[in-house]
Amino acid sequence: MTGRTMRHPFVQQSPMPGFGLAMGITVTMLSVVVLVPIAALLLKGADFGLANIWATVNRERIWKALWLSFRLSFLAALFNLVFGVVLAWVLARYRFPGRRLLDAAVDLPFALPTAVAGIALTALYAPNGVFGSVLADAGIKVAYTQWGILVALIFVGLPFVARTVQPVIEEIDREVEEASATLGASRLYTLRHVVLPMLTPAALTGFALALARAVGEYGSVIFIAGNIPLVTEIAPLLIVIQLEEYNYNAAAAIGIAMLLISFAMLLAINLIQIWSRRRIGHV
Amino acid sequence: MSDIPLPPAGLRPAAARRFHAPTDEAPAARLVLILLAVLGLGVLVLAPLATVFAEALSRGIGTALASLSDPQAWSAIRLTLLVAAIAVPLNAVFGVAAAWAITKFDFRGKAFLITLIDLPFSVSPVVAGLCIVLTFGANSLIGGWLVAHGFPIVFALPGIVLATMFVTFPFVARELIPVMIEQGRAEEEAALTLGASGWRVFRTVTLPNIRWALLYGVLLCNARAMGEFGAVAVVSGKIRGQTATVPISIEMLYNEYMTVAAFSMAALLAFLGLVTLLIKTALEIRHADQLTAQRRH
Repeated sequence: MTGRTMRHPFVQQSPMPGFGLAMGITVTMLSVVVLVPIAALLLKGADFGLANIWATVNRERIWKALWLSFRLSFLAALFNLVFGVVLAWVLARYRFPGRRLLDAAVDLPFALPTAVAGIALTALYAPNGVFGSVLADAGIKVAYTQWGILVALIFVGLPFVARTVQPVIEEIDREVEEASATLGASRLYTLRHVVLPMLTPAALTGFALALARAVGEYGSVIFIAGNIPLVTEIAPLLIVIQLEEYNYNAAAAIGIAMLLISFAMLLAINLIQIWSRRRIGHV
Repeated sequence: MSDIPLPPAGLRPAAARRFHAPTDEAPAARLVLILLAVLGLGVLVLAPLATVFAEALSRGIGTALASLSDPQAWSAIRLTLLVAAIAVPLNAVFGVAAAWAITKFDFRGKAFLITLIDLPFSVSPVVAGLCIVLTFGANSLIGGWLVAHGFPIVFALPGIVLATMFVTFPFVARELIPVMIEQGRAEEEAALTLGASGWRVFRTVTLPNIRWALLYGVLLCNARAMGEFGAVAVVSGKIRGQTATVPISIEMLYNEYMTVAAFSMAALLAFLGLVTLLIKTALEIRHADQLTAQRRH
């Protein structure tokens, strides 16, 4: 061994060229676009002081908005968890006319800009809209209530669970199900005790992704929400309101609270992935 | 197996009618699940999509087209195209560089770097916009200096580009990294052994291998870039004819009860989304082996 082949303390020796250039571009752009701006938010918070942040966040209007955002996001993600598994199962296992179309339609919420989805859902569920008028006859009001927010959050989170679970179903070894059937298990028993446990980690990952997306969602919600303080005001809207009043400290305080929630969820997603890798060997 | 005698012919039809493979659901259950999926997607996803076009065309196609040819609508369309034309190539360069560094080398902190690249996906677009305002706004250290030198960022084009780049930052890298891990380094190493320069290896060996994945990532990045609303709403200042992108114009028109005009712009973006979806599906069918198996975003 000569000095030339000894391990570099940071990067291992490689015949591949361009590490400096690639790493330079990566770190520079990551810093300018993402890291420095997030650091600026945290610095603003440090400057404002923990006590002041707490005083800003600890108000009924903000707690109500954070709680509303989190609660409805959780319910929407829960709905998408169940519906997403059904969708993934139907798309992966059954062959029927129009399956490809259905498969592509699952991605529509990703392809449709949030503002477009927002005004479309509002038009659909407003009291004079196609769905809204029918629901109004039944005495149900959706647009400009918390139900409207829930509908919007279900829309934006719809693809996550379906898209994480579908590849897992496609990879399931059918022999496992055959073995279960041979041993006398009913189909329902096999699905419940053999198939479902295999889908759980992917489904939970999708659930967490849908939840994280819904908590931060803005565009598709603000049109249908009606934005009544204490009732249908979501957390991201409060940041926009503070910014419109040039109240940067308050905006930063709420932003930091939301950032902490996001980080907690990112951690949860990673823990789920580590747990599932240990359990089954893949996500 | 085939020499097991079949039951007498008279007994078969009734049994055959009730039979389904033990690893399949009963036909009735199957039908219910398919109907549930179709109905659910119809109500939740296809109905809103149909509404966009129905509302845009509610006063006839002439009115819809007239509202799109309005000078302010044109300036919004031009701005959105310009922002995407800057933000998407920059993010593509970043994605390729990051994927090259991460998949072709072993270094400490790689997992942490990947987490940092993924970070924008878990930050609310509004918080992303807020971060840009706090960093580059006129009140900030960097922003103040730039404004003093005649180069404002927030409430101007650079801010919109930065906000758009923030929210679309991981798209290309996320798509490329798994594909390049799967392809390994052997081909590049062979080319190097044969005396090719680094740049030539990238151009003639790596790029052809990742082109479909790159296109896929760029496509998703572009769709999100042109449709981004939350982050841009915070940094744009919503100056009509200057910093209003198409999604921002949709909001302004909608709030002014110009419903047909708002939905005409929305239909334009929805159409773009549908084209994106079409190309994406075509890529998935034709080049599935060269794309990331797990479609997460």
